[in-house]
Amino acid sequence: MSARAKVKRPGSGRLVVLIPYVWLIAFFLVPFVIVAKISLSQTAMALPPYTPVLDLAAGWDGIKQFASQLSLDSYALLGSDELYLRSYLKSLEVAGVSTALLLAIGYPMAYGIARSPRGLQPLLVMLVVLPFWTSFLIRVYAWINILQRDGLLNDVLLRLHIIDAPLAWLSSDTAIYIGVVYSYLPFMVLPLYASLEKIEPSLLEAAADLGCPRWKAFWTVTFPLSWPGVAAGALLCFIPVTGEFVIPDLLGGSRTLMIGQTLWTEFFSNRDWPVASAIAVALLVLLLIPILLYERLQKRAIGEAP
Amino acid sequence: MQRTSAFNVVSVALGLAFLYLPVAILVIYSFNASRLVTIWGGWSLEWYRELLRDQAIVDATWMSLRIGALSASAATVLGTLAAVALTRRRRFRGRLLFSGMVYAPLVMPEVITGLSLLLLFVASGVDRGFWTVTAAHTTLTMCFVTVIVQSRLIGFDRSLEEAAMDLGCPPLKTFLTVTLPLIAPAVAAGWMLAFSLSLDDLVIASFTTGPGATTLPIRIYSQVRLGVKPEINAICTIMIAVVALATIASSLAAKRGAMRRNREGLGVQV
Repeated sequence: MSARAKVKRPGSGRLVVLIPYVWLIAFFLVPFVIVAKISLSQTAMALPPYTPVLDLAAGWDGIKQFASQLSLDSYALLGSDELYLRSYLKSLEVAGVSTALLLAIGYPMAYGIARSPRGLQPLLVMLVVLPFWTSFLIRVYAWINILQRDGLLNDVLLRLHIIDAPLAWLSSDTAIYIGVVYSYLPFMVLPLYASLEKIEPSLLEAAADLGCPRWKAFWTVTFPLSWPGVAAGALLCFIPVTGEFVIPDLLGGSRTLMIGQTLWTEFFSNRDWPVASAIAVALLVLLLIPILLYERLQKRAIGEAP
Repeated sequence: MQRTSAFNVVSVALGLAFLYLPVAILVIYSFNASRLVTIWGGWSLEWYRELLRDQAIVDATWMSLRIGALSASAATVLGTLAAVALTRRRRFRGRLLFSGMVYAPLVMPEVITGLSLLLLFVASGVDRGFWTVTAAHTTLTMCFVTVIVQSRLIGFDRSLEEAAMDLGCPPLKTFLTVTLPLIAPAVAAGWMLAFSLSLDDLVIASFTTGPGATTLPIRIYSQVRLGVKPEINAICTIMIAVVALATIASSLAAKRGAMRRNREGLGVQV
């Protein structure tokens, strides 16, 4: 009976919105405001290691004093020190090249699955998704076994007499690309498959009946129709790869850091919280365009679904 | 007409081999008696025994399982509520901000989410540890639950809900007795995904953890940085086995549920 009494209240429907809303504001929105605020602070040898600390107890004067001490020093440092600029460019380069590689490998896979017998398709899709359920860290770590100097790849290549001396696969850009492609392949294949699978086979039959060669039918019919999948897959890979930390840290070299690593070092090793926050804000601004694009795609996809 | 060409078969086979070979190698070498990857010293359970003696790994596993179960449960409740809000309430104030906050964590780089949550915990003076990691994981994983449950809510026939409401069933009771059983598989899948994401997370946990709350990925990461160790192969194999079993079990359960629903559906039609 108590349940019914609860329902009679007009507010119960609103709670459905209110509870997750409040959680997201507290743990998603507010933290970003704090990051933005600290990025305007200065490093200090204190706990927490930045000044000024907003003192609301001091009232209006406190706020005024706080505002007067804000500075753009951290951002100036980002612009003037080449280290940071190189990190951003490196991240964009890795994300761009990886996305292209993922498309090149993922598209034939998704196409092959979409063209396989109907009964087999769910199984193949499950086989692509299954590695996603095992730990990300494990999947990256699995490659260290293979790529390290006395690892399996060098062993096999030496035995086949393809190389004479072991090569340094680990700690290189190649290793980063292998790791990224390996970890993000399901993210690319799934949206591609979803859009390829929807294409009516009768369209291709019509093209064939009218004498269109198969490769031309692919470029003029299949590829344009799969465009939403290409865009979704590319964004789904590009955005997180830009901020990737684990893969470059375990597989990459130490010469040029990606921006996620730079942020990590500033925060944990240098304890420079304002600069770390400024890096985060700048990264977010950099990613805002692809993130907004992704959101629009997501909304359109959900709008089309019913 | 579906045409299966050699090119298609080869590209799918190569892709799947690429996905599974490294993990298969890792599993095989966890049973290697030799410490070196390139030398096969015969089958052995040595590294599993070593693992059980490593109290730090055992503690970290237990910590990760507790954080995973708790955060996945919280994320399932919050994520399902958010999915219902987004699909069933077309208009409410701040809907745009709400949907933005639901989808953004899906693609937000983990370093940013981790840093911002840590700064929140520092600013509010909370002691970092078990609860802060749990709250962070809840925030990270609830959006995945929302997306899964939402696709299910969009997919099913609303007339059942409407019939219940027309017959005077209050909204909450309609949700609990009509909607929830229908979306249960998606809710269960959401919990599973949230749980495995939480077990998997290294970056956000590293930012938000405190003394005494070392999770398994943090422990593994600190070991891996020192180089490959057969014990790590062993713990990874155990995690892969658990995930594989859970996935098979849940897909079997889903299949049986679908068959039962089909039968019941036919019964209603007859």
